[in-house]
Amino acid sequence: MSTEERSAPREHTPHPNYLAVYGVLLSLFAISVAGPLWGMWWLTLITAFGVAVVKATMVAAYFMHLNVERRYIWYVLLIMLGFMLVLFAGVAPDVLARSGQNWQHLRAVQDAHGAARH
Amino acid sequence: MASAHEVQVPLATRRSATGIPTGRLAVWWVLASEIVIFGGLLASYIMLRLHHPHWHEEAAHTNVWAGGFNTFVLLTSSLFAVLGHQAAEEEDGPRAARFLRLTVGGGLVFLIVKAFEWTNEIQHGFTIYRDLFWTYYYTATGLHGLHVLVGMIVLWIVARDAACGKHLHRVELIGIYWHFVDAVWIFLFPLFYIAR
Repeated sequence: MSTEERSAPREHTPHPNYLAVYGVLLSLFAISVAGPLWGMWWLTLITAFGVAVVKATMVAAYFMHLNVERRYIWYVLLIMLGFMLVLFAGVAPDVLARSGQNWQHLRAVQDAHGAARH
Repeated sequence: MASAHEVQVPLATRRSATGIPTGRLAVWWVLASEIVIFGGLLASYIMLRLHHPHWHEEAAHTNVWAGGFNTFVLLTSSLFAVLGHQAAEEEDGPRAARFLRLTVGGGLVFLIVKAFEWTNEIQHGFTIYRDLFWTYYYTATGLHGLHVLVGMIVLWIVARDAACGKHLHRVELIGIYWHFVDAVWIFLFPLFYIAR
């Protein structure tokens, strides 16, 4: 390892107990699979997607060492996540609309009626 | 006259305006661009999923057990990758190489399971043309699979060098990439397999 590759202060931080982190990740994974078996949409939302966010955060923090990484990297990643939200917020109002002035999304309307019948 | 060290190490790998080693900074920038690629794909999928309630019927045909097993495999391979990084920081190249090869093995198992899964789905008529849900499914999991494949190749090359004690800092760099691939799958799994 060359001198410059060692120069960042983060290289001197101790490693966490990776096996413990892995154990927590596996437990969360089991919860994310078991949650939807109850058949409640809100529980699925929490156990599948909420747990996914927690799992991804743990992977980023402990395995990718973002918890000890310089803030510059955080800013870069958060800006990119912000771009994603801008895309979603900018396009969603149009995409999620089923009808507008002089137009109707026939398939989406049919789907909505079909879902209502069920 | 430049010293031998300066001749061997290019300027691009020595300078650092951010205090972050250039290689690691480059990997983070690659991942930043990947966030936009996968993020855009998944954001548009979520939008359309909200728009098409019938997609949950299509999602019911994906194999939760195969997806779940692959989640376990990728999480385990991520553990191997980070243990490889720890070994590299302890200057133990051969041990780091062993962990990296185990990581490659995890990637291989992942792709084999994915290949069986796709084959089964296609044989049952769930092709990329069947419905927009399946178009997203094959695009997202296929793009992710391609990232797994690329990661495996680079992991193998880095492991080969690490076994000789060379370029040990690269073990961390490929590890960061591999963990990102794992993190992407953590979101793909509930979106395509669990939400039905």
